Order: sequence, then structure tokens, then C-alpha cells
Amino acid sequence: MGKLSKSPWLLHYDASSCNGCDIEVLDCLTPRYDVERFGVINTGDPFQADILLITGGVNSQTAPVVKQLYSQMPEPKVVLAVGICACTGGVFKECYNIRGGIDTVIPVDIYVPGCAARPEAIIDGVVKAVKLLDEKKEKIRAQKGREEQPGGTYGSEK
Amino acid sequence: MAKRSIVPFGPQHPVLPEPVHLDLVLEDETVVGAIPSIGFIHRGLEKLVEKRDFKQYVYIAERVCGICSCGHGMGYCESVEHVMGIEVPKRAKYLRTIWMEMSRVHSHLLWLGLLADAMGFESLFMESWKLREKILDMFDATTGGRVIFSVNCVGGVLKDMDSAMLAAIARTVDDMEADMTPLFQTFLKDYTVQSRLKGLGVLPRDQAILQGAVGPMLRASGEEYDVRMLGYAAYSDLDVAPVTATAGDSYARCEVRLKEILQSFRLIREAIGKIPGGDISVPVKGNPNGEYFMRIEQPRGEAIYYVKANGTKNLDRFRLRTPTTSNIPPMVELLKGCQLADVPLIILTIDPCISCTER
Repeated sequence: MGKLSKSPWLLHYDASSCNGCDIEVLDCLTPRYDVERFGVINTGDPFQADILLITGGVNSQTAPVVKQLYSQMPEPKVVLAVGICACTGGVFKECYNIRGGIDTVIPVDIYVPGCAARPEAIIDGVVKAVKLLDEKKEKIRAQKGREEQPGGTYGSEK
Repeated sequence: MAKRSIVPFGPQHPVLPEPVHLDLVLEDETVVGAIPSIGFIHRGLEKLVEKRDFKQYVYIAERVCGICSCGHGMGYCESVEHVMGIEVPKRAKYLRTIWMEMSRVHSHLLWLGLLADAMGFESLFMESWKLREKILDMFDATTGGRVIFSVNCVGGVLKDMDSAMLAAIARTVDDMEADMTPLFQTFLKDYTVQSRLKGLGVLPRDQAILQGAVGPMLRASGEEYDVRMLGYAAYSDLDVAPVTATAGDSYARCEVRLKEILQSFRLIREAIGKIPGGDISVPVKGNPNGEYFMRIEQPRGEAIYYVKANGTKNLDRFRLRTPTTSNIPPMVELLKGCQLADVPLIILTIDPCISCTER
């Protein structure tokens, strides 16, 4: 892994997951895996987050929440679906209240499969998300045709 | 009278790993009422028994919740085994007990970490979760999974542990017990922790019984009630006595969980000492017919499993009542009269497991 261009801040939301992936996501932040050494912080605030990390298949009650969280995040943003339920619906696919993967509600950039997804896989997904974040940033920069202001933010204006 | 206002709490909230929503009715900073609304993680797992046969459903039961996974698998399997009249080998029962007690240690350490995090005691959070990794390593070594490890099956367990593995578990437990001492000291003696937890969210014994609290919540109020004493799995051969405290406040709930970790270490060692040889599962033939109702002690309290079968490969009904369902009414009572800033901590002390509750 090369130099990170940005300290990515994560927003974690549990869209009807069984908790297994959620505790593994939290586990990534604790001493064994410690993603904070890459500058990754788990934030509770969508307005400051770069990466939206979602676990679980979406149900009818969490779908509006997922949409709202996604819309509140500033551009550029990356969505990471963690666990097989978030990717496709997994074992819960045939449940009457499950819509399927996260991609039925919002666009997903990176899929991390596993039941429960292992911390190594989640970290790998986050590292890929950082790369994608850089690419998206470049794209926005090219579109706007201007240099990034030091410390400035993108996407504050739509 | 101060002006009343309603503050929404959740579903997405920094202190909660899982979505739960509360409408907090406030008078100034004091909470006078709390209206919980749940259903964010409802998937409809009980209905899935109609689509999966009774052997496949073990995997669904284990995914009711990622933290209590082993217990749910065990509760479901034992219920179906009772319906079918299967006598599970003794060794399988002991193995289930060992995994179950390891799950309890993992769950309680996870909770202690979250509690420390809610108090803003970041280093204690990290310490608790660092210790928890040792248990997860043992799960990984014995089953291949870290949190959801699908070892239960109808008729026994899927994986055996050889004597070297059992000795390694006993060694890890000894190591962990030594490592637990500073953690124990900090949680029980530290000035900051005491001033944050003592006297917060007091649940008297009569109220705890009236409101139907279960598990560590009930035991912290002084009631000696632990379903493990019923003697399912291998608990009838082991020495289980409920761990209780009397104060009924958040500190007492923390104390009970800490002491239960030590109790689990003792039970694991006892089970490893007594484990008999033999098969780990028996072949299962035919379909279940009949119904059974059983209770097991999950890390969060008493869980109830009800199975009704009709002689086909699909069950008629599987019902699960989880400990958090019973602990929500006392939690709502505890919130009345507390300060807004104490709300996250009080919610955490019941150890909510929303994905169990809503299934």
C-alpha cells in the first residue's frame, strides 16, 4: 500500500444486519487491527464522512435512513457494502422484509463479501475505497477545472 | 413547569452500533418519558422456517444475532432434538457448553468495551477489545469462524476438539484471567468509572421483577435467577451459581458482568476437566413432530425458544423471545427522571441487542 492521500473518515450504519459484521467493523478500530494508524476514524456524523460503510440487507424501515445518510454526505463519497447480506441479501434474501443488497437503494462502489466479513477483508475494502475516493476527487477536479484549495472541501456546493 | 420538548434519539447514533429509535420527552435537561420504536432490523427470520428445512434452519437461527450466535444455534438445536427425542452424545453437550461460555466471555468483554467508550474512557475500551481478541482466536482455531462459527447441528456438533486444543483453551483462559486483573481493578476501583456509574439508573429488586428484567440486569438487582441452573447442555454436571449484586445501579450491572466473566472461565476449566470421550453427533433420521419450549441463558439473559413441528421437513412455527425484549420495559422506566447526558449510558447498561430483539 502506498501513501494515503487522505485520512478517510468512516460512517458506519447497520441496515438490518445480524451484528456479526458490525462487531467486526468495530474490531478493525481496536488494537489488533487498528485502522487508525491509516488515519481512518469512525465518525458518527454523515456531514464529515468520506466512506459510507453499510452492513446488512436493507429492509423497508432502514431504506429511507440509508438514502438520507447517503444524501447528507459530501462529494466525493464511496459506499462500501460489508458482508454478504449487504452485497446480495445473503441468507436473509428470501425474508419477506428484506429488499436484497444495498445496491437496490443506493449505488455501491465496493463489495466486501463474507459472513461475517473478516477484519482483513474489511480493511482491504477500505484501502480500495481510499483509492476510489482519490479517483473520484480527480474527476471532480477535472470537471470543475480548478485547483483544490488547501484545506478546502469539495461538494459543499452541488 | 418547564417547557416540554421531544428529542429524537437514533436510529443512527454514535453510541449505538445498532439502530434503535427513542423519542425522549424532556423537561429542560430531565427526561420525563421515553417512547421506544423498534423494527429497524426486522428481517422476518421466524417466517423463514417455512422455506428452509429444519436442518438448514440452524444456520438461520445462528444469524439471528452475530454476538449471541452460538447460543441461538444451541437453543434451536436442543429444542428440535427434544421434539425428535434425540439423545445427544455427552461430549457434544460439553463442547456446546465450552463454546457457549467462550461466547459469554466474548460478549461481556465487548459490552465492557462499549460501556467504556460511552463513558469516554477510550483506553479502557481498547484494553477490553484487545483481551477479547484472544477468545476470537480460540473460536478461529477451533471452528474457523471468528464471530459466527456454525458449530451446532441437530444431533450434536460439527467439529471436535482434540486434547491438545482443549489444553490450549485452558491455557488461554488462565492467561486471560491474569490479564483481566488490571481491567477488573479499573472497572471496579477507578474513581472516574465509579463517579460515572454509581447511583445511575437504579432498578430496585421489586421493580426489576415487576417489569420482567432478565439476565445480568435482574441479577444486579439482587435476584438469584440464572437459567443455566435448569441444567441444559452440560450445565447439570457443572457448578453454576448465579452471580448477583444488590445495588441495582449501572455499577452493579457492570460488576455482575465482570464477575460472570470469571465464572465463565471457571466453567470452561471445569468442563475441560470433565469432558468425556465418544462421538460428537448422532445421525438424525425422519422429521420432527410435536412441540417443545425451552429456555437458555444467553449472555444478555433468558432466551425462550418454542418449536412446533408437524411431521414434515419444515417446521410449523419457531418462536424466539430474546433477553433484550424483556429488558426494554425496565429500561424505559430507568430513563424517566435521568439527565439527557446519561441516556446513552443507561441504554448501554441493559446491553441491548437489537438484532436479536427484532429478528
